[in-house]
Amino acid sequence: MKAQDKSFFIAATGCYSACMDTSIDTTGNKQPPMTKGALFRCFFWMGVVSFGGVLPFARRALVEKERWLTADEFNEGLSLGQILPGPNVVNLSIMLGARFHGPLGSLLAFSGLMAAPFVILMLLASFYGAYGQVPAVQHIINGTAAASAGLVVAVGYNMLARQAKSWSTTGVSALSFLGCGVLAYPLLLVLGVLAPVSVFLAWRTRK
Amino acid sequence: MNGRSLSEIAIYFLALSLVAIGGANVVIPEMHHQLVELRGWMSSTEFVSLVSLSQAAPGPNVLIVGLIGWKVAGISGALVATIAMCLPSSLLVFGFTHFWNRFKEAPWRAVVQAGLVSVTVGLVLASGYVLTREADHTWLAYGVTALAAFLSVKTRTHPLLLLAGAGLLGLTGYI
Repeated sequence: MKAQDKSFFIAATGCYSACMDTSIDTTGNKQPPMTKGALFRCFFWMGVVSFGGVLPFARRALVEKERWLTADEFNEGLSLGQILPGPNVVNLSIMLGARFHGPLGSLLAFSGLMAAPFVILMLLASFYGAYGQVPAVQHIINGTAAASAGLVVAVGYNMLARQAKSWSTTGVSALSFLGCGVLAYPLLLVLGVLAPVSVFLAWRTRK
Repeated sequence: MNGRSLSEIAIYFLALSLVAIGGANVVIPEMHHQLVELRGWMSSTEFVSLVSLSQAAPGPNVLIVGLIGWKVAGISGALVATIAMCLPSSLLVFGFTHFWNRFKEAPWRAVVQAGLVSVTVGLVLASGYVLTREADHTWLAYGVTALAAFLSVKTRTHPLLLLAGAGLLGLTGYI
């Protein structure tokens, strides 16, 4: 197991560094629209290397490497993805694809992003199904489960730290944490009550 | 695999898709409540293991629903769950993009966004709370969770490195 872990890790970090040392242009110039093939390829490779979250890789590829979006457009797209249901990066792939190639563009970007991770995950899951009862594997999974809980806590903390500090925003965040986490109320109930209240409070305190 | 019907899987995730504001991490408590506590599709330990697998692998976090589909109905379950989870939200995003661009300068747009983000922050923290409660049964496990969170926030350590380290630590059998 140790050897396998190690080779997996080396392969993964190899992908990571391969992605990191691509030539990067920071002048912010936008390139002309991409071809359909380039769109698919870009999202496909984004999917392959995006261990531990797609977002940093998406920004690097779309803004800095391909320059299909300016930094502002990227933030704008992400914010929009944030307030709509669905994962930010999936939503971003739909928006970006639609912008250059309509519905087909959305489909290409989405399937490019999902294809490789889906196959990798199914292989991992089959491995887990076959070896999941082996104590050593179970022990490793126990360890990674503890760490991945910590990673989600870290994402939450980072979002909290970026949020404008006020009684109303912190109060709403605390209530939604209590409702969905500690009290285990249904998500729809928590959203249905808190979202209108929170938007109202944001409107009251707008600059 | 205990053979849930594909339509049962599709219906659950089609509905979940439209409430997953903020992405898949946000609905982890809801999925745990529905699928583990109410419907009994899998045990709590199995659920947490799937979440852990999905975090360790590359790709969007939404693929956790593919793993859940795989667990209860094999590869077709994985496809159905993933497509059901992504289709309604993607159609909504596609339509909404055109609508939203018409109000680029409207002040209410920033207000709506700020309000929703406050709720989302609490929901992500709730996900972290539920995962921690389910995954950690020893003090060492709590320590690993805390250390992973701390390093992730303070040092830009690659998440894969944290997961690999925790996996090796897990090999001792004390987590």
